[in-house]
Amino acid sequence: MRTARGPKARRGAAAALLLSAAGLAFAGTVAGAGTAAADSPAPSASTSTGDGGDTAQGPTEAGTSFRTATPIALDQRATADASTGDYLYWVLPADAGQQVTVKAAVTLPKAARHGSATWQLDVYDGLRRRQACRFGAQTRTAAPDAGTVELTCALRTVRGWAEQWSNDPLPGSYYVRLTAVGLPAEDLGQPVRAEVEATAADTGGAQAVDGKLAAPLVPGTGAAAPQPQPGGPADGSAPDGGWSHGWWSDRWVWTAVGGVLAALAGIGGYRLTRGAGRPAHLPPGA
Amino acid sequence: MITRRITRRIISTRLAAGVCGVLAAMAVSLAPTPAAAGEPPAHPTPKVELTLDVSGSMRARDIDGQSRMAAAKQAFNEVLDAVPKDVQLGIRTLGATYPGNDRQVGCTDTKLLYPVGPLDRTEAKTAVATLAPTGWTPIGPALQAAAKDLKGGDGQRRIVLITDGEDTCQPLDPCQVARDIAAQGIHLTVDTLGLLPDAKTRSQLSCIAEATGGTYTSVQHTDQLRKRVHQLVDRTARPVATPVAVAGTAACAGAPELKPGLYSDREKFAEHRWYRVDVKPGQELRASVSVAADRAVDNDYGVLLRASTLSGREIVRGAEAGDGRTDVISTGLRYAKSDTGASGAAADAPETVCLQVSNSFSAAPSVKTEPGLPVELAVDVVDGPHDASDVASFGLGRGWWLLAALALTGLLGGLVWGWISRWRVTVWRTN
Repeated sequence: MRTARGPKARRGAAAALLLSAAGLAFAGTVAGAGTAAADSPAPSASTSTGDGGDTAQGPTEAGTSFRTATPIALDQRATADASTGDYLYWVLPADAGQQVTVKAAVTLPKAARHGSATWQLDVYDGLRRRQACRFGAQTRTAAPDAGTVELTCALRTVRGWAEQWSNDPLPGSYYVRLTAVGLPAEDLGQPVRAEVEATAADTGGAQAVDGKLAAPLVPGTGAAAPQPQPGGPADGSAPDGGWSHGWWSDRWVWTAVGGVLAALAGIGGYRLTRGAGRPAHLPPGA
Repeated sequence: MITRRITRRIISTRLAAGVCGVLAAMAVSLAPTPAAAGEPPAHPTPKVELTLDVSGSMRARDIDGQSRMAAAKQAFNEVLDAVPKDVQLGIRTLGATYPGNDRQVGCTDTKLLYPVGPLDRTEAKTAVATLAPTGWTPIGPALQAAAKDLKGGDGQRRIVLITDGEDTCQPLDPCQVARDIAAQGIHLTVDTLGLLPDAKTRSQLSCIAEATGGTYTSVQHTDQLRKRVHQLVDRTARPVATPVAVAGTAACAGAPELKPGLYSDREKFAEHRWYRVDVKPGQELRASVSVAADRAVDNDYGVLLRASTLSGREIVRGAEAGDGRTDVISTGLRYAKSDTGASGAAADAPETVCLQVSNSFSAAPSVKTEPGLPVELAVDVVDGPHDASDVASFGLGRGWWLLAALALTGLLGGLVWGWISRWRVTVWRTN
């Protein structure tokens, strides 16, 4: 049995449908972004990783090699007192979809220096492969009378998966090495203070890839146990809230909204071919 | 009555299930702790030996208005108060007893002031208080003796060398001594502190530090000395994975088989070292290597880590090159062995992967090539990755173009469907 409705009513219903579709699309995008942010480790909520630091203040020591690197969390300001010429190492977790930016500031010794000093910030992945910086002053030369030197390195987007022959950044540990690469011998061993902070921006589904590592590139994952334990082998090596599962991206929302739109457009198209429908003044069954 | 009984039963079942769930959760949350505690037998006791120069030059009164000796004593007292309880600490002196001019005697003048062991603060402080600046500066012999003092156990070892002058006991080069004791594979680091050092002392001390992966500090103030020694002692207390010594061979045949773990080796300039790792189908091999520049090397250098099959076919490589001042140069590789798909014992047989480590360091002819450069090799075997079948995430799309394309397709589909059904109705009406 067909209900007889006027063309106005039909048009109104179609408009309502389109509106709700648009609303859905918008809500979907927003929800997608929100969920993506919630799913990946929230950069703002960082907890301390020991070494006597609290949430705002990170560790106050740095390691001197890959093995002894001090773990830091994203958005945590780590400091270290050191001597010029020391190689300072920190290690931080980065998850798929994140664009990590590492910033370092070195307070140079106040005593008179004998020449300019060149400082460098290097980032290595969990396999100790050097990672390229997209931009940022990775190496900087400080004049003999400069008080501080600031270095930055913006890493490429961390991918969920990459071919084994590529050097693409993958989820896992990232080592930060800060050192003076060029200075007069007379200035070796002077006291300096280094600060390091890493932040991450989420790229969302734009960079999402299929495929996934069974375990993040965290050193010692396979040595402790055949099955990787979250946070087991090295404490502070996982981001807050653990590593992402890798299946979620806002592409699900986009695709679903696209499907809904296609369905609505299909209904609309079908209706267009039906014309205005049965004239309203005709009695039913005529 | 029956319903009530059933309800009760349901409730009790739920309760039991709940309790089970809680227990399971507790078990899960507790499980890693005993496992982690059970793996390494505690962690080996770290040992540190403070090696203090008590030569005649320590009398100079030029650190914050007091003598170098007094500054060192004051710093020691404060450091001894704050030694972490799980660190075993010893104190050795050099040039503390022989005031004479006989070089032969003066150059053997090194004494263990306080043996390495659990610290008795009062005793150690009393011993330090008796020191008076006296004799020569036999750094080389002192380092050798300190390395002997630290023998035993498998923990981290650190020598903190505090001196105000260069070694006066040539031809034994303290830098070479340091490199030799580091090459013994006993996880020993020498950190050096120079009290108001001159150019020669500085270059010697930084050479010693570089040879063992330690640090060099130039001390100008008492406070700085105290802070640094304290920092170094604290650093020793931090638990750290210690590598296992291994000796790679010149070819893959007969190369040592490595299980997942951390290994240390030595490799001379332009030498190749081979290792073998077994990888089962469906597993991923992860290997990283660092070669340390522990001596004066030429400005440009590199490292190559290559994974190849037993027949010599290269699978994947990691390579890195660099220039300028550095501590290590490192690279790594991943090799995921795909599942063969077949079943049975043959399909599960591990493949032997040959790992080759080579370096392109070079040095001036005057630089000694023995012992080789320190190599640190980390090997991990984990489950294989879920390979991507599509660059996009699960083949999903994204963006306004996608929405437009889908909507347009839907519209066209609807139109076609509508026209077809209209045509069918017309055909039916006509008939």
